[in-house]
Amino acid sequence: MLFIATEGGAALEQFMQQIVNGISLGSIYALVALGYTMVYGIIKLINFAHGDVYMVGAYVGFAVTTYTGLGFIPALIISMVVCAVLGMSIEKIAYKPLRNSTRIAVLITAIGVSLLLEYTMMYFVGPEVRSYPRLLSQKVFRFGSVIINMQQIYIVITTIILMIVLQYVVNKTKVGKAMRAVSADKDAAQLMGIKVDNTISFTFAIGSALAGAGGVLVGIYYNSIDPLMGMMPGLKAFVAAVFGGIGSIPGAMIGGLSIGMLETLVSGYGNSMYRDAAVFAFLILILILKPSGLLGKDTKEKV
Amino acid sequence: MKVLNKKNIFTLIIIIAIYALVQLLLTTGTISSFYEITIATICINIILAVSLNLVTGFTGQFSLGHAGFMSIGAYAGALINMSMKSTSGFLAGILIGAIAAAIIGVLIGIPTLRLKGDYLAIATLGMAEIIRVVFLNMEITNGAAGLNGIPRFTNWTWLYLFTALTIVLINNFVRSSQGRACISIREDEIAAESMGINTTKYKVMAFAIGAAFAGVAGALYSSYFYFINPTMFGFQKSIDILVIVVFGGLGSITGSVIAAVLLAVITTMLQSFSSLRMIIYALLLVIIMLFRPQGLLGTKEVTDLFKFRRNEKVE
Repeated sequence: MLFIATEGGAALEQFMQQIVNGISLGSIYALVALGYTMVYGIIKLINFAHGDVYMVGAYVGFAVTTYTGLGFIPALIISMVVCAVLGMSIEKIAYKPLRNSTRIAVLITAIGVSLLLEYTMMYFVGPEVRSYPRLLSQKVFRFGSVIINMQQIYIVITTIILMIVLQYVVNKTKVGKAMRAVSADKDAAQLMGIKVDNTISFTFAIGSALAGAGGVLVGIYYNSIDPLMGMMPGLKAFVAAVFGGIGSIPGAMIGGLSIGMLETLVSGYGNSMYRDAAVFAFLILILILKPSGLLGKDTKEKV
Repeated sequence: MKVLNKKNIFTLIIIIAIYALVQLLLTTGTISSFYEITIATICINIILAVSLNLVTGFTGQFSLGHAGFMSIGAYAGALINMSMKSTSGFLAGILIGAIAAAIIGVLIGIPTLRLKGDYLAIATLGMAEIIRVVFLNMEITNGAAGLNGIPRFTNWTWLYLFTALTIVLINNFVRSSQGRACISIREDEIAAESMGINTTKYKVMAFAIGAAFAGVAGALYSSYFYFINPTMFGFQKSIDILVIVVFGGLGSITGSVIAAVLLAVITTMLQSFSSLRMIIYALLLVIIMLFRPQGLLGTKEVTDLFKFRRNEKVE
């Protein structure tokens, strides 16, 4: 893929580079967005604490690789397990008692849990930014002037594998069937003998495990983590979930990739200071034009 | 109905008495300048909480972007105040800050208030974030460094005047027919609409009034603390205000006032453990929601207690 060094070629290469960066960042958003969309699909709650589960995942990966010297794959798995347990405990302690209260009450609780995770973490590890250990080789591949590094390849491959596993679990297993049933109609599912509480716990576990994986990947990609790192990506992943159609798993993947691309393109061609604003402006546009998102189902309000 | 009936005169006497008491303590030096800052924070937080309560507590529209409106007021007030260094400049700053915040409130409210519940929360959060990024990039607001050396005209008298004004005006609004329309939207939007209430109009109205008072609070804030920058008005600030409203009770003005005072006292006491402050805030938020989701006072006012005793019946 050698381009002749003309103006057009250079512009195209720059564009390709932004797309490569966008796909790697977007994959991470997609992993986090899946947790949002699954939880929203099943109990209609924006789990604000989800971004912080992702932060905890990054710290677990950091601790495992720094103090035990394990490699990338064990760190990823340990982090996913810890986050799955964390997600299930959050659901049991904070959300389950509120199953029948107003949506605002649950939303405020979710914000509370999010702050609690952030500042408890800050209390124990300190507010400073830590640099992530280098786990992967620093090898880069060049295609013309488009650079793809090892981290990006790992991120994309890990994401693809996790997505395939997730699709398998949701569509082919018994638990996945239960999850789909509960999200379609909770009461009917219960009447059919599905254990709704267990299914919700399981959904939180899967979603949080994916967020944990996202945390480790982002640590590797950006090389730095801090206790408040989950806030912004968490919100952006939520935007991704809304864009794809909340409750839809393929939607979250498409949404994540789109938000990643949007962000890198705004930083690459416009002003990188405006990239967060661009994502939120995009969200407001979607909410106004097509609130159900790309692949979401339209729901009519019943009186 | 006479304006100067027994109840109003009684309220007026209480308002003046509180003012005189604190003024006396300030002039005699019983309240040190350290606690004076706490008092200023309480007043500003009361204005913010009561105005957010109008939007979230009374109208039922969950907004996570109140700090955005506060920042508009703060910047407008600071810029005018810095070019007109006089009391009239200070008052003009407050007025223009309030109007600017209200205009942005209407512009943002019309499209976003069609959304419900959690979607609205995210949209308002996004909008506050956009406002912050705009201030971060504007020339006139001096970017991330913020504005420094804003002349201080805010003192206890002005703070108290605007706090009392906010409480009285919003209290009267809530008890007017427009206010009752807002409450009916909170109770059941579809039912309200089928009774002929223009829900969009009243939602935008509540949003704009809330934004205007947040703008006033912002202008007072900038003039009291000399210095503002965009990071002060982030997501965190919106949450701080929300905690006060939720703690006091969604739909209770006196609840918001009490919660603002209590939380300021707790914060001052925790001054030396500032790293614990946010953990305590977060725990407080979760525990209130788990055990008392309606907040300290629910939708009741402190004055309801007196009514109950006098008439031996509720409402």
